[in-house]
Amino acid sequence: MPEAAIAEKTVELRILRYRPASDAEPSFGSFEVPCTDDMSVLQALQTIKDTLDGTLSFRWSCRMAVCGSCGMMINGKPRLACNSFLRHLPPGPVTIEPLNNFPIERDLVVTVGDFVKKIESIYPYIIPKEPKTVADGPYLQTPAQLAAYESFSDCINCMLCYAACPQFGENPNFIGPGAMALLQRYNGDSRDGGQQKRLDTIHGEDGVWSCTAVGICSEVCPKHVDPANAVNQNKTNSAFDFFLRFLRPGGAR
Amino acid sequence: MNVITVDIAIVGAGGAGLRAAIAAAEADPSLTIALVSKVLPMRSHTVAAEGGSAGVIQAHDTLDNHFNDTVTGGDWLCEQDVVEFFVSRCTPEMIQLEHWGCPWNRKPDGHINVRAFGGMKIERTWFAADRSGFHILHTLFQTSTKYPSIKRFDEYFCVDLLVDGGRAQGATVISPSTGEFTAITARAVILATGGAGRVFRQNTNGGIVTGDGMALAYRHGVPLRDMEFMQYHPTCMPGTGLLFTEACRGEGGHLLNKDGYRYLQDYGLGPVTPEPRNKTMELGPRDRLSQAFWHESRKGRTFATPGGDAVYLDLRHLGRAKLKERLPLICEMAEEFMDIDPAVAQIPVRPAVHYTMGGIPTDIHTATPLAGLFAAGECSSVGIHGANRLGSNSLAELFVFGHVAGDEAVKFAKGAPAVEAGKLLDQAKASAAKVLTLRDQKGGGERHAVLRKEMAVTMEKGCGIYRLGPEMQETCDKLAELKRRYRDITLEDHSSVWNTDWFSVIELGYQLDVAEAMALSALMRRESRGAHQRLDGFETRDDVNFLTHSLAHYREGAAPEISYGHVKITKSQPAQRAYGALGEALEAKKDAAHA
Repeated sequence: MPEAAIAEKTVELRILRYRPASDAEPSFGSFEVPCTDDMSVLQALQTIKDTLDGTLSFRWSCRMAVCGSCGMMINGKPRLACNSFLRHLPPGPVTIEPLNNFPIERDLVVTVGDFVKKIESIYPYIIPKEPKTVADGPYLQTPAQLAAYESFSDCINCMLCYAACPQFGENPNFIGPGAMALLQRYNGDSRDGGQQKRLDTIHGEDGVWSCTAVGICSEVCPKHVDPANAVNQNKTNSAFDFFLRFLRPGGAR
Repeated sequence: MNVITVDIAIVGAGGAGLRAAIAAAEADPSLTIALVSKVLPMRSHTVAAEGGSAGVIQAHDTLDNHFNDTVTGGDWLCEQDVVEFFVSRCTPEMIQLEHWGCPWNRKPDGHINVRAFGGMKIERTWFAADRSGFHILHTLFQTSTKYPSIKRFDEYFCVDLLVDGGRAQGATVISPSTGEFTAITARAVILATGGAGRVFRQNTNGGIVTGDGMALAYRHGVPLRDMEFMQYHPTCMPGTGLLFTEACRGEGGHLLNKDGYRYLQDYGLGPVTPEPRNKTMELGPRDRLSQAFWHESRKGRTFATPGGDAVYLDLRHLGRAKLKERLPLICEMAEEFMDIDPAVAQIPVRPAVHYTMGGIPTDIHTATPLAGLFAAGECSSVGIHGANRLGSNSLAELFVFGHVAGDEAVKFAKGAPAVEAGKLLDQAKASAAKVLTLRDQKGGGERHAVLRKEMAVTMEKGCGIYRLGPEMQETCDKLAELKRRYRDITLEDHSSVWNTDWFSVIELGYQLDVAEAMALSALMRRESRGAHQRLDGFETRDDVNFLTHSLAHYREGAAPEISYGHVKITKSQPAQRAYGALGEALEAKKDAAHA
């Protein structure tokens, strides 16, 4: 690869930096990065780390938009760095910040533990309607039954929807779009019988009703999961369930 | 230094580590399990597997077929007793994943659907679109959350194993978010840390695939087996090396040279047929397809791209509907990364390093030569891949042997004496001191990124699709030089919170050790077999001298020592390995002899 040709073109990256040992608060640093047309924002960040400033910290791994590690704000929008290409961004400096709505630990690295706890809280596994042993063979599931939940199973846990969600920004306890999509993934699965248990986790004030139907979560989803649709379906289910409670033996709890 | 005491420590939480953790939790819920991963489990590289996982399920397929495809594909360097066990356990593991919710593709009547893959006599690849690894990993991770005995250490980086009295007894780990060390002591340890493909330049692997577990075991005296066998996947994105799954060809995609010619017919893979034909043309094995590319390039029948020579992957005739259903991730990658719509245009592809066939040697029970240490998944060499892995076998391996590792670790932990915490704590402190010295290193001014790049370039040059003695020697020499320079590199970041500069340097240390084992094992294997092909007088397979596993032994400050180990042959004697028309003729002859 001709090194001289690479050096001809550069792009400016303005990156919000924060090093807890030395910085009182985050501030922007600027880098002039040699670039080519096929470069992603992730590759630009890697170039900075490898050649300009080894102290820049960010998460990344697969480079192909499936591991969900490299979510960040790019020109103000939550995006994956690996599938955001410089050639598709408007000319001029590119602004990079850590994902909105999450505490910054260092540079572009945010705290992810609370998000993982939310996922864990909704019983994210099959609670079999009819238990089977391996010797009994697979469950039958028609393509239509698969299609009922398949798109919700495509969530890569990149947290872009949380960075976009104004409700989550105001109330960090809000269960949020990603976990709601996952809930719908299991509740919509023909093999599952845990719907009631999961619905019980989202009736409260931090549950499904916190959502004000802004819908931006679905717009920023890099995998077209449509969490807003999951939230809506669960509002219906939650409302229906609320009224059903009065009809069930034992009534409202 | 924090100290945590558990019964079983698992390092790595991809497919194998998660499966092991669940197996252990189910085998004995009273045991405590520490599941350590340097990333959130769903970021593990299993996530990037696309095509699917093998398991005999069609009435006209047999376990013998799966056995033969695997052993032949591996050019007879497989442990045949292990392969026999493996193929018998694949389908139950696929069913278990189905019960846990994996969204496997279905036939109209709701039964499991399977697809064709390279080197496979009958279709047996279970798949979830072209995100099979992603769905499997998320299914396993989510399922693992229902077992209270699994205590996860998400984003903890392992810097050393704790080994005392000839027995593995835990690991020393750092939390990147605080920089604090923890000694995790355990009665049994499972390594499930994945492969080492990042030591090469163009590769399909995520940044985390740096051979950590291999290097850790290796430094504690466990040899690395068959490390010369690196799989080049034939269809990857030029430049980045990102993977276009074999399922592209399984679903009927074609490979064309710059003249639009299906060149594989010139390399013993014909005849050309309109419909895909198993073990023929594009459904040949990965090593043969990558080698055919190399020759095609030498003949000037490929075309140049900024990322190197390429051929075309043509999916246009599959139609948009099928592409969207079966290969959505491939379409997304082509569109987002290359501005190509595969329904209307061909995709430039070339081979890139994909899979580490060798690794930490284990017996059929996943036990390594070091007592108390078990290994499963890509970091291990249990013996099913031989000299060339059959596509779809690596995902299946994660569950079959992850499950075994979990069960065996439970048995071992229950029989093992309690750990001597004091001695182990001293060891952990010594390991911590060593990596802290590295963190504070001022050095001679050279960045580690420079070394990493030089390593990747020399590995690609010396240990490519075809290999030459002098070039492999040059690679060995270069690696020795890089290891010397490594001792004097400069870290820019000396802080403790999310110091990724530091972790990259530790990983580079792992990579250099593993790369050295690969290059020297390659140089010493004076024959051509599977993914190891030479052009310097050793062009053919030599069963007299090299039907044997290589074993690279670590030596501090010196090149590794290479020895050789027995290959277990049970029912398949080494024979001519052929695909296409010749392969079919040979198989017919064999069937006639049996009849």
